[in-house]
Amino acid sequence: MRIFVPRDSVSVALGSDKLAAAIAAQAAERGVDVSIIRNGSRGLFWLEPLVEIETAQGRVGFGPMTLADVPGLFADNLAGHPKAVGLVEEIPFLAKQQRLTFARCGITDPLSLADYQAHDGFKGLEKARALEPAAICAAVKDSGLRGRGGAGFPTGIKWETVRTAKAEQKYIVCNADEGDSGTFADRLIIEADPFCLIEGMAIAGLAVGATRGYVYLRSEYPLAIQILREAIVIATEAGLLPNFALEVREGAGAYVCGEETALLDSLEGKRGMVRAKPPIPALQGLFGQPTVINNVLSLAAVPYILDAGAAAYAACGMGRSRGTMPVQLAGNIKHGGLFEIAFGITLGELINDIGGGTASGRPVRAVQAGGPLGAYFAPSQFDTPYDYEAFAARDGLIGHGGLVVFDDTVDMAHMARFAMEFCAHESCGKCTPCRIGSTRGMETLDKIMAGEKVAENTEILRDLCETMKFGSLCALGGFTPYPVVSALNLFPEDFGATPLPAAAE
Amino acid sequence: MTPDWDTSRAEGIIAKYLQLEGPMLPILHALQEEFGYINDDAIRLVAQTLNVSRAEVYGVVSFYHDFRQAPHGRHVLKICRAEACQSMGSEANAQKFLETLNLEWGGTTPDGRLTVESVYCLGLCACGPSAMLDGDLHARVDLQGLEALAGEAV
Ligand SMILES: Cc1cc2nc3c(=O)[nH]c(=O)nc-3n(C[C@H](O)[C@H](O)[C@H](O)COP(=O)(O)O)c2cc1C
Ligand code: FES
Repeated sequence: MRIFVPRDSVSVALGSDKLAAAIAAQAAERGVDVSIIRNGSRGLFWLEPLVEIETAQGRVGFGPMTLADVPGLFADNLAGHPKAVGLVEEIPFLAKQQRLTFARCGITDPLSLADYQAHDGFKGLEKARALEPAAICAAVKDSGLRGRGGAGFPTGIKWETVRTAKAEQKYIVCNADEGDSGTFADRLIIEADPFCLIEGMAIAGLAVGATRGYVYLRSEYPLAIQILREAIVIATEAGLLPNFALEVREGAGAYVCGEETALLDSLEGKRGMVRAKPPIPALQGLFGQPTVINNVLSLAAVPYILDAGAAAYAACGMGRSRGTMPVQLAGNIKHGGLFEIAFGITLGELINDIGGGTASGRPVRAVQAGGPLGAYFAPSQFDTPYDYEAFAARDGLIGHGGLVVFDDTVDMAHMARFAMEFCAHESCGKCTPCRIGSTRGMETLDKIMAGEKVAENTEILRDLCETMKFGSLCALGGFTPYPVVSALNLFPEDFGATPLPAAAE
Repeated sequence: MTPDWDTSRAEGIIAKYLQLEGPMLPILHALQEEFGYINDDAIRLVAQTLNVSRAEVYGVVSFYHDFRQAPHGRHVLKICRAEACQSMGSEANAQKFLETLNLEWGGTTPDGRLTVESVYCLGLCACGPSAMLDGDLHARVDLQGLEALAGEAV
């Protein structure tokens, strides 16, 4: 009997290690021969820990499992188990997805090369080896892949710039700083399918002529660090990464180090200060050398693109948003988890149909899209299609794909203040609008919340937001105004002003 | 318990990282792991070895939230305060929890048993509120959950 017990951070945080031990003990006690596989999570987090048992019909799931549910796994009638959820692949949340990047996620043992190869692993790299570097860059460009870290810059164009730059040493840097609240896709792919990221980075190395790669991984992800380090050793020892030296570097708890130039400074051993651009990292990046810096998801999308072809990837999506996005449903949501889908699905479908509304059962009041620098959306805007341009048209951003749901108990003035507070806490301090503006913003919001000269102070706050937007060096100061202003516009009643008329709601 | 400062052991640790490109952060992480925090001796030694000024090293140590310049309690409980956990009521829980311990954020119990710190996202945002006790992750941690974790930290 094969039993799968996930080992990603969420499952472990919900007790999956103890569960695996209890299942092994129970099996030994009953004299049943089981092999326990520590797979990655499928990303159906509300069901975690989700234990799966292999049957002739496919893998059947049980979740969320507790220790008390373990003996029942050895009963005759599995379907009658109180936590039975049936065939996992038929759970609508999973069946409705288009998993291109996360295809293996939760299915395989993350550290089994044999599993990886049995599920199309390293086919993309093999195909890339047969291509000229320019052709690899062209394939990535033709796929329409845009950077998944937030800015949405076309990945193929970035690679082409590094490819044509002349230098002794070039670098591939993977941005795994994933500091946005409400996002966990980088963590999940690293913990559930680390070879996929390794393969993507190796392809990038071939495409631009880089022989060294770094993954800058946040220290808040200890399991991801451990799994990726192990995977790199395994791939290297198997001879799969000839002429490519890959290393994991641990962050040190600074959100701004997710910004690419601050990240490079941090890798070099300095304070994580944002650099003025130009020069762009593609020409003068790590240690002044041409550097591809990409988000985990951008790099992990590449093996599929090389294997299945750019056209297959580009066939999904809408407008200039091609391919799929691993959307992360988080916060106060009933069915939270990772939902990879072609661009074009609406925000409302994601929150209500897929996510099932709030976990608390109360009405949804607001959704923050794209992390701490992303705008709030109200249910009146749930017709917005998931698309870079459609979000931008509503002064919002897709960012790294996180959606954080709040129910009607949320105080939006408090959330606006938090946005300013977070910016003040995390500012690298190089530019004034971000460093000082965020503190002044916090103070002004305190006055508004205390009912002090509300109209005047609201004007001051809006004016300050304009200054931060246009005067900041990077998107930390530049985008903090988005959550603040969207909260002001959509929920004026929380700021002591008259509510919007019902029709506009 | 973390050991007292020992220059020769520190030199041994630093030596392991010197062949790296940009060894500063890996060295600081390793020293903190060994000695619990980065003291002035550590700053001086790192500056000497890497041939940079002490101000440079101090600047790095003080920039990153992870690096500490003073020891903390025997156990560290990090409670997530970012938006997704807030949407699940993390702040109210944390406030009550801190009140019962009579602590501020970053504070340590008088017996030196527990330090409570804030953290901004542990990547468990679909199963909040989240917390981390001495490097072990915990999800769906309500007020009782926080109290149970504090109880485990003896
Ligand atoms: C304050 C700030 C934080 C950021 N954090 C991240 C992050 O955690 N991960 C990431 O991939 N990009 C982050 N970015 C975006 C990066 O600067 C950069 O656009 C990205 O790494 C480029 O990779 P991509 O083209 O693959 O998206 C951040 C930007 C800013 C301004
Ligand atoms: S916001 Fe708390 S774990 Fe992400």
